[in-house]
Amino acid sequence: MSELPLEVAWNMNQEIAERVQKVMANHLRKPVEEVPLDATFEQLGMDSLDSVNLLFEIEDEFDISIDDQEAKSITSVPQMVDGIEVLLARKAASSEAAPPTA
Amino acid sequence: MNRVAITGVGVISAIGRNVPEFWDSLCEGRSGIAPLQTVDTSTLRFKNGAEVRNYQSSDYFDEKQSQVYDRFSEFAVIAAREAVRDAAIDLTPELKTGGAVVTGACVGGQTSEDKEFEGLYRHNRTRCHPLTIPRIMGNAGASHISMEMGLQGPGFTLSTACSSAAHAIGLAFWLIRSGGAPVAITGGSEAPFSLGLLKAWEAMRVVSPTTCRPFCKDRNGMILGEGGAMLILEPLEAARARGARIYAELCGFGMSSDAGHITHPSTEGPALAMKRALADGNVDPACVGYINAHGTGTDVNDPTEAGAIREIFGDHTENIAVSSTKSMHGHGLGVAAALEAVATILGMHYGILPPTANFTELDPAIHLNIIANQSRPAEVECALSNSFAFGGLNAALAFRRV
Repeated sequence: MSELPLEVAWNMNQEIAERVQKVMANHLRKPVEEVPLDATFEQLGMDSLDSVNLLFEIEDEFDISIDDQEAKSITSVPQMVDGIEVLLARKAASSEAAPPTA
Repeated sequence: MNRVAITGVGVISAIGRNVPEFWDSLCEGRSGIAPLQTVDTSTLRFKNGAEVRNYQSSDYFDEKQSQVYDRFSEFAVIAAREAVRDAAIDLTPELKTGGAVVTGACVGGQTSEDKEFEGLYRHNRTRCHPLTIPRIMGNAGASHISMEMGLQGPGFTLSTACSSAAHAIGLAFWLIRSGGAPVAITGGSEAPFSLGLLKAWEAMRVVSPTTCRPFCKDRNGMILGEGGAMLILEPLEAARARGARIYAELCGFGMSSDAGHITHPSTEGPALAMKRALADGNVDPACVGYINAHGTGTDVNDPTEAGAIREIFGDHTENIAVSSTKSMHGHGLGVAAALEAVATILGMHYGILPPTANFTELDPAIHLNIIANQSRPAEVECALSNSFAFGGLNAALAFRRV
């Protein structure tokens, strides 16, 4: 992300954060305001099954695949947002490298 | 009340298609975990499993039988045939009339189900094979064993996920002990490899992308396995009277429910199951020299199980050799506990305890005396085999040397 102007990078991060917040609120059946952007999963009362459920929904929302080992290190909303950002950048880079042929 | 002897065993698994091969692999610490051959793994995050490699139904069954059998039923029958042969038991009319068949199975005829449903959903077929139902029903293994052996006593299949075969063996044991059946064929079988089921496991995020390393610091999940394993149980007196070779006495069975979380295990539930198995078998905890652990190799199971063992055995825990043979035959779900029961009693019988294969370095949070990589010669008086299921349904079996 370092090549992007700070403001663009921040906006991207903000957009991801809001989408994550919405998915989480939906999953936890809570209003969006009750899912603070700096919350840990523990603070949100999530157990291991909630985590795998959430990862599943996040993969759907962003059309990404989150590796099991990487997933283990994600225990808060900010970590989730950062992780998604990395995966989206990786996805964009690989689709640039190999454009669809169809 | 009868004492109960184990006089025959039969196995088909990733580490051997019969008991001598299975035992040889266990002694050598040889793992059967390898890239899956029966399922296209290109869309899966994990590629490895413990398969019965190059399995051909026609090596064991004629064409007519193969039509009716799913892979998991075939494994049940193959193991039962070997167990009956191994017990050298003459199934007299009296034994046949009362003889029990009690099996464990978790996912049933997965291979057939996946194939038939794929036909409907993907290939727009409009009908299923007429034998789909008898192939996929969870009790098919028990039914085919009773048909082939002519056993007309109690017959049923239990499904408690990863504990299925332990519950099956335990209830068969109680049947023999109480005089409810004069002989029993009991164990489990499973053939869980289909893309659909593997995808479902992938989503649970508990399957290792590499291999199964129970109790290790760098463990990263379980590895699925398949196979069949059966035991012949009979009253100890009857076994002695006919001069049978007795592997061990099955002396105690304990069950419990976590009554907690659907996938996250507790320490209390497993501890209760072990405690009850010891009490049921009148086993002094100080006599236990080996535990074949549930030991899945997941983050959560291994330290939880270690905590439960310590809770029951206290300081004696250090004297108990512990291994998880799932590191070799994989986690066979409905067959897991039967494979592990066979591993345990062969270990007691031959005085060699099977190791935990793929072992690197003990997790510092786990305080157990693990048999790492190499089998350990040891004469043990009593042993336990632990099984703890998703859903929090636990079972432990206690064995005594005779």
